[in-house]
Amino acid sequence: MTEGWKKYLVKQDEFRWKIPASYQQGMRVPGLIYATESMLGQIWEDQAFEQVVNVSYLPGIVAYSLAMPDIHRGYGFPIGGVAATRIRDGVVSPGGVGFDINCGVRLLRTNLSEEEIKPRMSELITSLYLNVPSGLGAEGRIRLQEKELEKVLSRGAAWAVEKGFGEAEDLIVTEERGQMKSANPDRVSQKARKRGMPQLGTLGSGNHFLEIQTVDQIYDREFARAMGILETGQVLILVHTGSRGLGHQVCDDYIRLMANAITRYGISLPDRQLACAPIQSPEGQDYLTAMACAANYAWANRQCITHWIRESFVKVLGKSIREIGLEQVYDVAHNIAKIEQHTVEGKNQAVCVHRKGATRAFAKGHPDIPAIYRNIGQPVLIPGDMGRYSFIAVGTETAMQETFGSTCHGAGRLYSRSVSRRGLRGSDIIYKMAMKGIIVRADSSAGLAEETPEVYKDVSEVMEIASKAGISRKVARAVPLGVIKG
Amino acid sequence: METDFEIIQDSGSIAIKACGNTLSAAFINAARALSGLITSADKIRETVLREVEISAPDQEFLLVEWLNELIYFFDAEQLIFKRFEIDILSTNSLKACCYGEKMNKTRHELIRGIKAITYHGVNIKYNNNYELQVILDI
Repeated sequence: MTEGWKKYLVKQDEFRWKIPASYQQGMRVPGLIYATESMLGQIWEDQAFEQVVNVSYLPGIVAYSLAMPDIHRGYGFPIGGVAATRIRDGVVSPGGVGFDINCGVRLLRTNLSEEEIKPRMSELITSLYLNVPSGLGAEGRIRLQEKELEKVLSRGAAWAVEKGFGEAEDLIVTEERGQMKSANPDRVSQKARKRGMPQLGTLGSGNHFLEIQTVDQIYDREFARAMGILETGQVLILVHTGSRGLGHQVCDDYIRLMANAITRYGISLPDRQLACAPIQSPEGQDYLTAMACAANYAWANRQCITHWIRESFVKVLGKSIREIGLEQVYDVAHNIAKIEQHTVEGKNQAVCVHRKGATRAFAKGHPDIPAIYRNIGQPVLIPGDMGRYSFIAVGTETAMQETFGSTCHGAGRLYSRSVSRRGLRGSDIIYKMAMKGIIVRADSSAGLAEETPEVYKDVSEVMEIASKAGISRKVARAVPLGVIKG
Repeated sequence: METDFEIIQDSGSIAIKACGNTLSAAFINAARALSGLITSADKIRETVLREVEISAPDQEFLLVEWLNELIYFFDAEQLIFKRFEIDILSTNSLKACCYGEKMNKTRHELIRGIKAITYHGVNIKYNNNYELQVILDI
């Protein structure tokens, strides 16, 4: 069973495996999986392989249906899936972005050392836990009225900065500067708005987290310095969250709309969650503008949370923000569809790049990278599980040529949650983490048990593949000191 | 299936399997399973009523929409439900009453948040009994 893939996958090199378009009738392009041979059995058994094949059915898909090294089974698209479609006759698929539109990661750096904050960790985590609500079964700290929500949807992180949540400098180091200009709130349903109003500035559940970390490895001193990462033992903060219920509703609204429309457009697909519409159609255009609203909401969300992190540190440590630091290194989206310029079949053209659990990884010199990083490449933030580590990397020219400027987004799930939870409770995880010196606070106990490190692949294995295949370049590694989960 | 519903946990997701001698009963059992995934249903009081009307292109979509409606109420109004009545259920639409209350963290334990019900793997079968399955994104 685990060897089943051997009949179908064609080895390109140690880290690249091709699924020929002849594998199944209807595939428009081949599949390409970035993995080591030892990972392929799991990918095959997990049905993620079939999902890479299914994505290749999307009309207008170009080059390959791609799978990053953290590939695992999703819904429709695999998680870790990247697909680019032609603007002229291609489709956009809400399932290719996912329910959590602009789920992403934000990294802050500090001038603090691990030794300095270790004695204050408990206070810091408590303060952050109280200041950054999970938003589950309770209202968040910001109560938006409809008019104000419209501004969030149009302006994203810039709205938050204007309201006093953070600094203008934060926007410069945010993908899209925290605002997709194509957003049109008229395309966001009343239901999505109602879900969004009480949840701005909340962390959410599942794999979302806020983590205090310390740098434990620096692979490239020069690149790290450009990001303000100077030495091991330096404290960093990582936030992982997205567009909350508003984004989930936008995804659901448009999957439903497109499922009704696909027959009209003569599209047939192997999975309903892949529902799509031509990019040029009213449904396709409406989705892209609504998706941009949800993406903006997510950037505003991470921006508000950033502000409260700064407040908490100032309050607990009794130091000025200048002394503490907490400048933003970067903010990346890993569930999104973007119209970008790429070289396809030797021609530079605009394509719609779907990244479902994949991070944009533009190479140095790209005009969309902030000036301070233009000589090193776009920072890529790859969180691992709460017991191990996270990586900081940069995009590369190979990524531009092969993966539409994309790379992995995290560790990727390994075992089923039921395996992980057998006999495990949230309190066991808290104890286990405490034994490693990591403080964990969580809103939901079962939710925490479902996130135990054992359910994830070792992110360093994923990072090694991305790095050796050349689709990103390692800069530094950080380990967790304290974690807050929704 | 011997019980009204069961929860299957799998890689990165949770599936609800529910059954009933009528489609309405199976839909209600799926909703009860969903409530139990969020919080302990026996602690929910019946102080709030929400009436919902849903129509969908087919039965499978109707099931996904029905459960998504309950997630919507949790996000928008922090409502959790204990009891459900489905008044009318035709192939493509339903009308239902949901009884519950606003979540209160001093009385209700949050077990886990649910992001969405997916269209991937949704399935309704009839074999002397209605059996249905949905996969949740958590």
